[in-house]
Amino acid sequence: MNISETKSVRIAYGEALLELGGTEKNLVVLDADLAHATMTCKFGEAYPKRFFNMGIAEGDMMDTAAGLAISGFTPVASTFALFGTGRAYEQIRNSICYPKLNVKIACTHSGLTVGEDGGSHQSIEDISLMRSVPNMTVIVPCDAVQMKKALTAAVEMDGPVYLRVSRPPAPVFTKESDSFEIGKANILRNGSDIAIFATGLMVYEALVAAEELENQGVHAAVVDMHTIKPIDKESIISLARKTKRILTVEEHSVIGGLGSAVAEVLSENMPTAMKCIGIEDCFGQSGTPEQLLKEYGLSSANIVEQTKIMIKKA
Amino acid sequence: MDINGLQEISRIVRGDVIRMLGEAQSGHPGGSLSCVDILTTLYFAEMDNQPGQNPTERDRCILSKGHAAPALYSVLARKGYFPVEELLTLRKFGSRLQGHPDMKKTPGVDASTGSLGQGSSIAVGLALGEKLKKGTHKIYAIVGDGEIQEGQFWEAMMSANHYKLDNLTIILDHNGLQIDGTNDAVMTLGNIRKKLEAFGAMVIEVDGHDHQALIEAYRTPVKEQFKFILAQTVKGKGVSFMENQVGWHGKAPNGAEVRQALIELGCSK
Ligand SMILES: Cc1ncc(C[n+]2csc(CCOP(=O)(O)OP(=O)(O)O)c2C)c(N)n1
Ligand SMILES: [Mg+2]
Repeated sequence: MNISETKSVRIAYGEALLELGGTEKNLVVLDADLAHATMTCKFGEAYPKRFFNMGIAEGDMMDTAAGLAISGFTPVASTFALFGTGRAYEQIRNSICYPKLNVKIACTHSGLTVGEDGGSHQSIEDISLMRSVPNMTVIVPCDAVQMKKALTAAVEMDGPVYLRVSRPPAPVFTKESDSFEIGKANILRNGSDIAIFATGLMVYEALVAAEELENQGVHAAVVDMHTIKPIDKESIISLARKTKRILTVEEHSVIGGLGSAVAEVLSENMPTAMKCIGIEDCFGQSGTPEQLLKEYGLSSANIVEQTKIMIKKA
Repeated sequence: MDINGLQEISRIVRGDVIRMLGEAQSGHPGGSLSCVDILTTLYFAEMDNQPGQNPTERDRCILSKGHAAPALYSVLARKGYFPVEELLTLRKFGSRLQGHPDMKKTPGVDASTGSLGQGSSIAVGLALGEKLKKGTHKIYAIVGDGEIQEGQFWEAMMSANHYKLDNLTIILDHNGLQIDGTNDAVMTLGNIRKKLEAFGAMVIEVDGHDHQALIEAYRTPVKEQFKFILAQTVKGKGVSFMENQVGWHGKAPNGAEVRQALIELGCSK
């Protein structure tokens, strides 16, 4: 993988929102005093009348978004993933998802790569929280190019969507021409020995790992699971049938996220040897994103290692 | 400690904050510098709080605006809770000094904070616990002015009034700024004094950089009522180019800025 360009997915989010604002006149944006971090400030500067800073009041923001949706607008509410899905969980559950309102929740600073702010700011449960609420769609873009497609698709569909956006600069490796369909996994690489399902920033790590594995004679398929819900059952089952081994990788707790979603599909349809790489039921801590990803096993090196362990077992 | 001593320790703490953020290359200078005098007067002139005491048998202070952790860590180190040299490990991998206060990791930290709006409720719990145990220790919480936009803050004020928590003092670091701009540009706060009075507080307004005024406010007697100190402060206080600048909320100073700030504080040597 020779990637020269890096770009923060949240920067791409801000740009995409600004662009959509021009065509989607119904779009309104809300933030909770983090517009300069989530990058909704760009939309706010261009369309001040359609931008509402709600102050540091995430619960209030989500229910205000619900009210705007009932009024016929398409609200996009942003804050950090921890405060959006954590502080405002029950507002999302009861006032947005229960009545299936057309609210898009785009939360940045997700996962460990928040870095130095520490464990209090690293959301490692948000996929789990959002995935378990009926009517919610959950999308985790893997890079800056996909971010724009994901936001567009989320705005085009009717109903609540959670978009999980990451903070640091990250490799841009998907192409404008690549397809993006909510609920349809993107198979980035074929392989017969194992299928690696990854989401968010871990997709790139999985691709790097697959190249290294290829050098060692192991053929790994890599799947970009940009949509965690609805999960692409067909892709999971057909790859499990083909490779007999499944590995999942996510910048999230191993409880309730991508790994759990894939396991739910496989256990009922096609029980398959499986390993979930994620945060092992503990909190994060301060450190650089690189240090933290390494410490918690979210690296291409660990993907290679875990793959080899699985292959040895069988 | 007398007023001269408090001025001196406040200057030293501000120097620590700048060095720590310069070394960490991330963090929050503005809101750390604005609450330095509030913290130093509490820890060096008012609270019954020393390393070695059982934490449940002394006065306690919750830094509800947890992003000002560097100021708290410096004060705790200067009180002897841990070595001053450790301050430069702030925000680094493996450090006891996390980006936001972690009561399990850092000696002297009385509650884990960082998610805004929660500290006042924790303080209400501590104050209720103290009353239940028939203790006489005091509980303090420091909140930000952007932070009080959280509804939960007002829920805590309602409880503090309902349970007549005269062992509880909430201190507002009123620097007028948050992340996206001034308080009023983001979400108008209105008349804070009147709002708090309506919630049942004894409100005392002070210059939050005047040590004498702060001490008098802490010592003003109160009965069957909680106390709310409305401290008027300057975000970035003590470093000319940071003062009242919203851009210095969450940005670390570079090498040249650290040097300049330390010269201004009289901390370069
Ligand atoms: C619940 C929650 N929402 C958002 C944030 C992100 N955040 C950190 S500091 C800050 C602004 C705080 O402003 P203020 O309370 O005025 O603090 P100060 O000016 O004293 O730094 C925000 C929004 C947070 N830490 N917690
Ligand atoms: Mg403020």
